[in-house]
Amino acid sequence: MATADVTQAGALSFEFDLAAATVRELNERLHRVDPERPGGRVLVRNPGGKHAIAVGLDAPYEVEIAGHVGYYCAGMNKLASVRVGGNCGVGVAENMMSGAVVVEGSASQSAGASGRGGLLVIHGDASARCGISLKGLDVVVRGSVGHLSAFMAQRGCLVVCGDAGEALGDSLYEARIYVRGSVAGLGADCVEKEVRGEHLAEVSELLARAGIDDVDPGEFRRYGSARRLYNFHVENLGSY
Amino acid sequence: MHGGVDRSARPPEMAAPGPTNGWNPGLRESATFDRNAIAEIQRAAREGMYDIRGFGAKRRVPHFDDLLFLGASVSRYPLEGYRERCDTDVVIGTRFAREPVHLDIPITIAGMSFGALSAQAKEALGRGATEVGTSTTTGDGGMTPEEREHSRILVYQLLPSRYGMNPDDLRRADAIEVVVGQGAKPGGGGMLLGHKISDRVAEMRDLPVGIDQRSACRHPDWTGPDDLEIKIEELREITDWRVPIYVKVGATRTYFDVALAVKAGADAIVLDGMQGGTAATQEVFIEHVGIPILAAIPQAVESLVDLGMHREVQLIVSGGIRSGADVAKALALGADAVSIGVAALIALGDNAPEHDPGYREIGSAAGYYDDYQAGLDPAGISTQDPALAARLDPVEGGRRLANYLRTLTLETQTLARACGKSHVHNLEPEDLVALTIEAAAMARVPLAGTSWIPGTITTP
Ligand SMILES: Cc1cc2nc3c(=O)[nH]c(=O)nc-3n(C[C@H](O)[C@H](O)[C@H](O)COP(=O)(O)O)c2cc1C
Repeated sequence: MATADVTQAGALSFEFDLAAATVRELNERLHRVDPERPGGRVLVRNPGGKHAIAVGLDAPYEVEIAGHVGYYCAGMNKLASVRVGGNCGVGVAENMMSGAVVVEGSASQSAGASGRGGLLVIHGDASARCGISLKGLDVVVRGSVGHLSAFMAQRGCLVVCGDAGEALGDSLYEARIYVRGSVAGLGADCVEKEVRGEHLAEVSELLARAGIDDVDPGEFRRYGSARRLYNFHVENLGSY
Repeated sequence: MHGGVDRSARPPEMAAPGPTNGWNPGLRESATFDRNAIAEIQRAAREGMYDIRGFGAKRRVPHFDDLLFLGASVSRYPLEGYRERCDTDVVIGTRFAREPVHLDIPITIAGMSFGALSAQAKEALGRGATEVGTSTTTGDGGMTPEEREHSRILVYQLLPSRYGMNPDDLRRADAIEVVVGQGAKPGGGGMLLGHKISDRVAEMRDLPVGIDQRSACRHPDWTGPDDLEIKIEELREITDWRVPIYVKVGATRTYFDVALAVKAGADAIVLDGMQGGTAATQEVFIEHVGIPILAAIPQAVESLVDLGMHREVQLIVSGGIRSGADVAKALALGADAVSIGVAALIALGDNAPEHDPGYREIGSAAGYYDDYQAGLDPAGISTQDPALAARLDPVEGGRRLANYLRTLTLETQTLARACGKSHVHNLEPEDLVALTIEAAAMARVPLAGTSWIPGTITTP
């Protein structure tokens, strides 16, 4: 199972300064994987809000990005652990498959969109559509999330330690949502559900993997799909 | 279609109206409330739900049939069939991709999902296309190993739903197609009804088995042309700028959509007219949203020309392409290639007379079948039922598709040679005239025998 910890120990494989080199050169270097020794520790300096940093990784790298990034950082990540020292633009870790992505700051819209596996941790807040179209990725947000979070989420978990905006879990499928604070409103077919033992265990485990140890797992409420929109029915007309 | 009643299929032998078999001139059918309109009101009153079906628009709209080629005579000379070359190859993705797509013929197979189609049908499409050197396209449901294996050139779609989206498949693809819209439903999302969500389809899409899937109509992580540009940049970075990236749009505000897609960095534009096929869409959407491909191609070409990008960003058009005449006319209007959906399924055996008894059992008839959403296809194409799917032999289906594609190519060459062209891309609007005022205005070619192009405009 992925852990959020990007190991600090171990020698740096290489360092990349995005003030001096391009994102293309960085990604090209990261995609050139030595099959004998895949992965390694990588430090990226001066990300300067650039887009598509460290996308399409396919090896157990530990990438540390010292600063803010633009859109789609760590998009479609596989195996790698990526830590962003600052804030993220739209779609951080979109469609990630495995590994871990940790954001020290806040994330813009569509964080973890359509993610299929691994763990995304956001220590600040996440904006609208956090965990939209989720397909197996687990997302843990230390702060709050904006409107339409977990829209049409199919699989995986969204754990929000703060509050959630309007239309949480709209048109939800089988993803599970846990919110500790207030929920401004639930979307179509999203309902509050009982927190049973297995759910408490799930939240505890996700918080532990996210390295969050000062939040009580017992304070979360659970939301899920009422499964009323799973099949077309005349009675649901207002919801389509 | 809902509730097991197919309103769209009118049995072919239905007699003229009247209480007896004879013609009764006292009975007059309403042009407004015709039999289809009446049946639809009755169906709606019974079921309380819109009609969902497959296939494309069934109403008549201005189309390639309304255009004619002038052919060569004294003022220009034709090329000899068989002896003088008329080339058909196309390269797509010359703008940015390190490895553009090379096609032997200007006819590609459109994106149709595994889920909508059986695994055998997808395999047959791959076999047929590969045999004649052209590409196939995945669809709303991801890439199956069968279709990757049997398609030498495979285009991988990135759709709003992102079902099965996987970076490994992305890296395995020969091109990527960002789907913004589809001609049958510009502005609508995918649909797959419960009876087609088999275990395998559910697994690939991360959905529960047997639900009525309603997919998103907007992408989850971008909206608008500025975001699209960054999205395309991300896809290029993931694939190291190796493969071309297409953008697919349904034909609506085509001039502007094409300009924005080009600005966003597309290598190719896939433009699907309102006649374009679908696996499952509301009938009201299929018939009433979007514009005919005939009206859209000149807008797209004008947009590309205005940007200095015609032939630099390739234009692939679709929506009701049936024959080499349609292909040649699309190319003459300025497209680089065409794409076929429904016609390819018909080549595999869809709507074939030998399945007529099967179609009748489910309330349809050969030549009328459009319930691709129902999963009951007696031809074994638009189904996930293993017994039905087994009726389609992928090798035989592939052979029929290859035959059909060869025929389209030969017909296209025949027309190009008649116009004196040594490459099908040398066909031009000047070779065309229109039979109707509508077609002349839309295609921007003169009404036959005149120099009149109605409503000539610079920007729509
Ligand atoms: C059975 C079927 C499934 C389709 N699935 C998709 C799809 O998954 N994604 C997509 O972009 N278009 C899809 N389409 C539309 C085709 O890609 C194409 O735009 C259309 O079929 C072209 O028009 P034509 O059928 O008249 O040739 C589908 C069409 C059919 C008939």
